[in-house]
Amino acid sequence: MELFLQLLINGLTLGAIYGLIAIGYTMVYGIIGMINFAHGDIYMIGAFHAIITFLILGVLGISWVPLALLTMLIFSVILTAMYGWTVERIAYRPLRGSFRLAPLISAIGMSIFLQNYVQLLQGARNKPLQPMIKGGFVLSDETAYFTLQLGYLQIFIVAVTIVLMIVFTLVITRTALGRAQRACEQDQKMAALLGVNVDRTISITFVIGASLAAVAGLMVSLYYGVVDFFIGFLAGIKAFTAAVLGGIGSIPGAMLGGIAIGLIEAFWSGYFSVEYKDVAAFALLILVLIFRPTGLLGKPEIEKV
Amino acid sequence: MSAAVPAAAQAAERSEPAAQPAGRKLLTVEHLTMRFGGLLAIDDVSFEAYDRQITGIIGPNGAGKTTVFNCLTGFYKPTAGRLTVHHGDSRQFLERMEGFRIAKDARIARTFQNIRLFPAMSVLENLIVAQHNHLMRASGYSVFGILGLRRYRTAERAAIGKARYWLDKIGLVAQADVPAGSLPYGAQRRLEIARAMCIDPRLLCLDEPAAGLNPTESHELNQLLISIRDEQNIGVLLIEHDMSVVMRISDHIVVLDYGRKIADGSPETVRTDPNVIRAYLGEEEDKQLPDVVKRDLPEVTRE
Amino acid sequence: MTGFVDTIAREPKSLVGRIAKDAIITGIIVFILGSQLVGIETIDDPQGLRFETRYLDVLAAVLIVAGGRAGLHLLRAAIAWPVLIGSVVFSAIAIGSTFNEGWQLLPFSNPIVDWIFAMAGVFLAIRSVVVLIRGRAPAGKPTSTMDMISAQTQRFSPYAALAMIGFALLLPVLFPERRVVDMGILVLTYCMLGWGLNVVVGLAGLLDLGYVAFYAVGAYSYALFAHYFDWSFWACLPLAGAMAAFFGLILGFPVLRLRGDYLAIVTLGFGEMIRVILINWWWFTGGPDGIRDIPRPTFFGLAFEKTAAEGVATFHSVFGPILDIEFEPLHRIIYLYYIILLLSMIVCAFTLRLRRLPIGRAWEALREDETACRALGINPRNTKLTAFAIGAMIGGFGGAFFATRQGFISPESFTFIESAVILAIVVLGGLGSQLGVVLAAAILIGLPEIFRELADFRMLAFGAGMVLIMIWRPRGFLAHRDPTVLLHGKKAQRAGPRAMASEGAG
Repeated sequence: MELFLQLLINGLTLGAIYGLIAIGYTMVYGIIGMINFAHGDIYMIGAFHAIITFLILGVLGISWVPLALLTMLIFSVILTAMYGWTVERIAYRPLRGSFRLAPLISAIGMSIFLQNYVQLLQGARNKPLQPMIKGGFVLSDETAYFTLQLGYLQIFIVAVTIVLMIVFTLVITRTALGRAQRACEQDQKMAALLGVNVDRTISITFVIGASLAAVAGLMVSLYYGVVDFFIGFLAGIKAFTAAVLGGIGSIPGAMLGGIAIGLIEAFWSGYFSVEYKDVAAFALLILVLIFRPTGLLGKPEIEKV
Repeated sequence: MSAAVPAAAQAAERSEPAAQPAGRKLLTVEHLTMRFGGLLAIDDVSFEAYDRQITGIIGPNGAGKTTVFNCLTGFYKPTAGRLTVHHGDSRQFLERMEGFRIAKDARIARTFQNIRLFPAMSVLENLIVAQHNHLMRASGYSVFGILGLRRYRTAERAAIGKARYWLDKIGLVAQADVPAGSLPYGAQRRLEIARAMCIDPRLLCLDEPAAGLNPTESHELNQLLISIRDEQNIGVLLIEHDMSVVMRISDHIVVLDYGRKIADGSPETVRTDPNVIRAYLGEEEDKQLPDVVKRDLPEVTRE
Repeated sequence: MTGFVDTIAREPKSLVGRIAKDAIITGIIVFILGSQLVGIETIDDPQGLRFETRYLDVLAAVLIVAGGRAGLHLLRAAIAWPVLIGSVVFSAIAIGSTFNEGWQLLPFSNPIVDWIFAMAGVFLAIRSVVVLIRGRAPAGKPTSTMDMISAQTQRFSPYAALAMIGFALLLPVLFPERRVVDMGILVLTYCMLGWGLNVVVGLAGLLDLGYVAFYAVGAYSYALFAHYFDWSFWACLPLAGAMAAFFGLILGFPVLRLRGDYLAIVTLGFGEMIRVILINWWWFTGGPDGIRDIPRPTFFGLAFEKTAAEGVATFHSVFGPILDIEFEPLHRIIYLYYIILLLSMIVCAFTLRLRRLPIGRAWEALREDETACRALGINPRNTKLTAFAIGAMIGGFGGAFFATRQGFISPESFTFIESAVILAIVVLGGLGSQLGVVLAAAILIGLPEIFRELADFRMLAFGAGMVLIMIWRPRGFLAHRDPTVLLHGKKAQRAGPRAMASEGAG
């Protein structure tokens, strides 16, 4: 029982991180109908930005954790959002009218470029981050070999995710920006004719997605304590699976899917085998796409002839 | 299946079709219903189409005409109803057939509202691709083809010959090797029809073939369709808005409005049917305006 | 305060002002992007992480990008002198850095990179000179020139192909060095893989990102058959292809209904799944250690060893006296080279043939418009599965060859990067173009081998190259398509569409 609860806690935490990344995928897919292959690498860049900010703060002598975290968050978000914006401008906007495979190939190229860019600049080895939030609640230490713990960090991650989700859902449903975005999702040409600045809306979508990915990057560096230039690849695939599982185009779906993937990964690792946990994620993706391509919360697409 | 040649010849001179005596029954649509979620797109529509006849399907926008086509050609699965294709003594039920099989086994060809050619492939290649199934068999599913056997080369030459026949009919022989996407609009339309004919269909379904054509081109289209009906011994099902096409060449017209059939008969019958007139032109003029409108627009108020 | 903001937001009146403003904004963006990742270098230390600053590199990046952009804008506005001066100075610095270690002003300086910077500067300088001479801005996009080049290349492709085949046949004779023949083997292997992926991506339009999976299946099939059953390379080759084709069908079934993006991700996942299984199923596949001692191919039973195993004769013992040669390790390499040459020629002929057959046209039609295909009675499912199976089979052949060439395989050779490289070859060469694949393979594989110093930048260049090609020429370099069947014959086609249209019009 303790194992189950621990895996549940771990899975939810991991799921929150995946969910944040998945939102970026689903938003971009919703508005321009393409998979931003490079999004996982934006998340990786977010993690790097967080760590580098931390190093700078260390040199400046700032060690009070809340302030440090806030600074890391702000800088990581701003810098990573800039990367998200630039990627869209360089690699996707010029291809907006092009044939179907072009943006996808460009995205793959961008992903490879970003990975190697970071690898060349920062080296191929792991980058560690000292644990900043330690400790937690011990929920039960009755079993002999294993104590059930709920870490402060885990609470922090889930709490931040919940706050962001709330803020974000409010933005989408209540503000003009959100309306513009929904309009572009449904009919770009018409939205443009009605005065919506489509280019800017799309750019802002990428910026928001990148910001959330940056937060996820910060979380992952805190949670796992180590990052490298390749983490974007795997996390990207899983987060995309989460977006599809939840229903591509649906933001609550993306978070739901993220949590589902996180739970599946945690439980699979705990009860079956750690080595094949990634296979579990891929296999799930294939199953979802075969049997329920619209995902849990998605809308069915009717083919127009 | 009586010889209607004298009547047809007279009709050609008048450039108006005679009502063709029907061939055999080709297609029976019974109680076709199509529902999309809460929207009832087609409501209990039934009609028949015959061999060597052109059946027109008309109706105001949104009446469900293309939806009928999509049900017939396997792009939608009908919510209810039976679609029967008659072939001699045997029958095939379209609502149960997989999409591509409708073209392959039931031999129903269609064209699309927004032309769907293969733009990067040449005009000739478009017509050859249409003969794919036949050529695949002749090439032994590619094996004979890979080995370069005579059997396949002969079949390919025959296919090119057939394509040439149709290119001749639509006047595109000189442009045979040009990418299909570079043709002007009217030529693309004709090519799409020729391509549909290359699959040797029994029923040809045309979705607004006259859309975007000028009067000369429409006239040419009429000639083409009439010649297809007369020479190829097939049935033609035609969705159209352009009355100069439909009324002139249809032997039989079905009128849809809001998903229901409101008229079914010869062009003359349909032209004068009050239901049809009302569907196209709206309510009669002597109906009263609503009070709200009367209040705000006193000068428009009728006596 | 608002006055200040207004001043900044206002569009400058003069053209130069606008260009300057654009350059400044570009510079700021580059600065922000580079502030941490470029400006700070994290260094691993036993005690943790520390860092050093590289702000000169950031400055250099800002100047190069902003300056380059401004230069291009200025040229388009026919203002050439500043560009000329700037690019000459820049090239001078770059060339100076090549020769003089103390002049390292450019980021990532090593001699090759400096030469690239120098060439870029020279290119810009030449364009400036052209503008000065002509007195006006350079002409519009060079797309039409590229189109013409690619169309002409298609025309000469039979001759080019003959020349290339001739060169390929004679390569080991002309350059009997291990390094050259090895590179030839590598380029030919990627050509073959490129043609295989071309069937799936270029002809059928199915974006397969997991092609490396079939490569792996082919390699492991041969290795395991040889390991457990002791079968020779030639016996295993068709089996490897069959196994890979089978896996191609397995992959194909779930993805049949998926559109482009989803298809890509699922195939990617498939490729990764294969790799993970290979790593973890260690009792069957050897796990991360892989499989060793994979037998090399024999020439009708003759081994290319110095001393062969019992019962086996060596090549040099039989042919030595006839050809007057001694044993050299190079002979085996040359033998392998001719094997891959033979295999790739067969694959090339096979795929060219398939294009002219109904199945090939069906693939292309499927790529153009699947809905129309269905309306013509073409079975999309079978067509797609055939594409996957044949593409996979070719990948399997490549994998088996790879296994026998290396003598040893491990899951590390079958990562997503391989799929990406093969995809890059197909995409850059021109989706659907046989010749394009060869050129792209030669450039993408050959150049980094020749310029070993560039190895670090290889993937970076791949990625950037893929993005640039999509923006500049989305269909690849040699993407002009000739129809596979002509009504009027080649001469009429060469006369041009205008001649044909004038015949038919009116």
